[in-house]
Amino acid sequence: MNAGQEAAGFGTAHGIDTTVLGENEIILNMGPQHPSTHGVLRIKLRLDGERVVDSECIIGYLHRGVEKIAEHRSYPQFAPYVDRMDYVAAVSNGLGYCEAVEKLLGAEAPPRARVVRTILAELQRIASHLLWLGTHALDIGALTPIFYAMREREEILKIFEKYCGARLTTHAFRIGGLQYETYDTFERDVKRFCEDFAQKIDQYETLLTENRIWIGRTKGVGVLSADDAIALGVTGPVLRASGVEWDVRKALPYAAYDRYQFEVPTRESGDTYDRYLVRIAEMRQARLICLQAVDGIPEGAIMARIGKVLKPPPGEVYHSIEGPKGELGYYIVSDGTIQPYRVRVRPPSFFNLQAFHRMARGAMVADVVAIIGSIDIVLGEVDR
Amino acid sequence: MHAFLQSVSAIAMPVLCAVVIVLVLPLLAGYIVLVERKVMAHMQARLGPMRVGPHGLLQPIADALKLVLKEDVIPMNADRMIFWFAPVISVTVALVAYSALPIGPAFQIADLNVGLLFIVAVSSLGIYGIVLGGWSSNSHYSLLGAMRSAAQLVSYEVAGGLALVSVLLLAGSLSMKEIVQAQLDQGVWFVFYVPFGFFIYLVASIAETNRAPFDLPEADSEIVAGYMTEYSGFRWALYFLAEYANVIIVAGVATTLFFGGWLRPLTRYRDHFPGTSVELLDVVPTLAMIALAVYCFRLAPEQPVRVQKRVMAAAGVKCLLFAAILLASLFGSDAVRQGVHGAFWFLVKVGAYIYCFMWFRFSFPRYRFDQLMRLSWQFLIPLALVNVIGVGVAIVLREKWDWNPFLSLVPTTLATLGFAAWLTAEESDFSDEAEGSAAGDAGEAAVNGGGE
Repeated sequence: MNAGQEAAGFGTAHGIDTTVLGENEIILNMGPQHPSTHGVLRIKLRLDGERVVDSECIIGYLHRGVEKIAEHRSYPQFAPYVDRMDYVAAVSNGLGYCEAVEKLLGAEAPPRARVVRTILAELQRIASHLLWLGTHALDIGALTPIFYAMREREEILKIFEKYCGARLTTHAFRIGGLQYETYDTFERDVKRFCEDFAQKIDQYETLLTENRIWIGRTKGVGVLSADDAIALGVTGPVLRASGVEWDVRKALPYAAYDRYQFEVPTRESGDTYDRYLVRIAEMRQARLICLQAVDGIPEGAIMARIGKVLKPPPGEVYHSIEGPKGELGYYIVSDGTIQPYRVRVRPPSFFNLQAFHRMARGAMVADVVAIIGSIDIVLGEVDR
Repeated sequence: MHAFLQSVSAIAMPVLCAVVIVLVLPLLAGYIVLVERKVMAHMQARLGPMRVGPHGLLQPIADALKLVLKEDVIPMNADRMIFWFAPVISVTVALVAYSALPIGPAFQIADLNVGLLFIVAVSSLGIYGIVLGGWSSNSHYSLLGAMRSAAQLVSYEVAGGLALVSVLLLAGSLSMKEIVQAQLDQGVWFVFYVPFGFFIYLVASIAETNRAPFDLPEADSEIVAGYMTEYSGFRWALYFLAEYANVIIVAGVATTLFFGGWLRPLTRYRDHFPGTSVELLDVVPTLAMIALAVYCFRLAPEQPVRVQKRVMAAAGVKCLLFAAILLASLFGSDAVRQGVHGAFWFLVKVGAYIYCFMWFRFSFPRYRFDQLMRLSWQFLIPLALVNVIGVGVAIVLREKWDWNPFLSLVPTTLATLGFAAWLTAEESDFSDEAEGSAAGDAGEAAVNGGGE
């Protein structure tokens, strides 16, 4: 065990001791039915007055055995299931799975399909961040941003709906490329959304970024150092807010990301405010990627020639993408049949949630909800 | 005989007023909630209640019916007696406070010579309802809410009280009527004399009524619903009523003390219509009501259902009725005219104040507990003290050396402003030092102090 791991609290018993309480201490169960746990997360808090002495996340209330289901479905049959993991970013889930199976097959999607995938995945990133922004602000008591965020998210969902008929669990991609051609006004819709969106982000920022109360509630709250973040396997905006520049889109480019210019926003202090700023900046970058991509979607086929029945050769593959919440990885083992032998998902939320215990130490009850919001978890993905 | 009639009317009028207040207040609270929901909706790019009645006009009645018919749940381990009694304390105390509030010169239950003190004292008793309710629910969320509420109310009572003192010094009386009279005599609303007093009272009154951004006792995203978590149905409605009654009270106090109570804006402008005793500006309320009625009539045909068309038209007719009353009172005796128009202006000002409450609620995130305590003890209370001392100095300047009242208060305002700037600078120095830890020592001290 290295020093970083020790600092992050590995090796200590994580369950909190509820048998011996101090004079002023109480145990508070937050969730699984609570307005701010974003689903069915349960947090056991040991409180001294308003201050958190210890905390324990209890998960599993939304476990559906997604990974086990995969072992009894053929490769294409399992694709819709991955949409139900991070259900607010279904497109990204699908992208990761399809690319992983393609890698296993040794196939590659045609350029046109890859560009369309990139556009949809970036739109999905914006949609996911918008939902995060709204709910996070709501947790901190700002009632209004969520409705503005939902208004813009609706535009994205409309594009999804026009493209594939579904809004939330889209199943937008197929192994080997795309099922559907883009619809007639696809480029125009994406472009119009992206062009309008810049000033919409400014609107959100007007409400929050320089608001004294917002800064007071988020600055210095839930600090996660870069070392801890790396030791705990934290990825995505949470990691980048701690000052580590790691983005799978840059490090191991997939889809069509190597074609486009974009920056990876990072911040230094790793607190809730920085995580907020990183995600806001990411929305701006995602918008730029969409604008670049939509201008030159290559012509050509949208589906690779991979045959009707998918029988990958025996072997294993790990493929990861940068989902809206962090590194989303698929580890797939094939035994040469039409069904995977094992599918293991590396969900970003699950790993990021592990950092909660570290962030919440010494925080107050009100900070707890701010921290949960800033990690941006989806329990469907944590529990699978 | 005459004396007998007089004593009967001396009793009958207050009783009448009290009955009207008790009857009208729940309805008023319901409609404030509706307005709040509509204002919130329009600020958030949506429509708000649209189903029950045209533009949701009957929504409060439907809500009230629902609450009364709902099952009354008492948690198994709750302290039943206290659980039952706590909301009653809250609502009773809130209603009692109305007895000294003058809604226009004629409409007041009792003109106490300690009116302001009475209102402040009685309405601060409402905390008993909250603490007892939170404690008796036997739930941790309720308990946390109650504790937060207790600390918060006590702290902001001090700041708010000191802000009121600055007005008392200027008015020289605790009677609500005489405070308004003083503003009439001095020819200016006190908000222009002591803007900082008003500012402090505004912040303190939001905190005292547990409204966002100080709604920690019922912060829904943190402690579910705070002290009301275990309450449902009618008991919950009582708490709700108490909360909105308190909002109206603080708005009424602010109106009376800082905005000239029932006085019309531009009270000194007294031009009459040629040949009559009707003042030009006294027609404004009537015109406003007529405009509102016209608006309702124009909306009526656009409503989707016949019933809604009728309700909208009825709302228009009601506005016309008010317009007629306002107009007729112009030709009545002085007392009648002042009574009716005074009530109108008073309610308009109260409404504007409550609108600000709503506006803040939808604009700001929520404070954290230690920040809330720090704001009160380290910012508002010192500021209020400086303000009070400054007003005292100004009064001495005015009385001893005959300074112009406005001029004498300019140094006060400047001094308070400078002090506020200094405090803010200190505050940001402090947060720079404390960066990295969740809350600094002072915040901690305030939290501990609040908990005791």
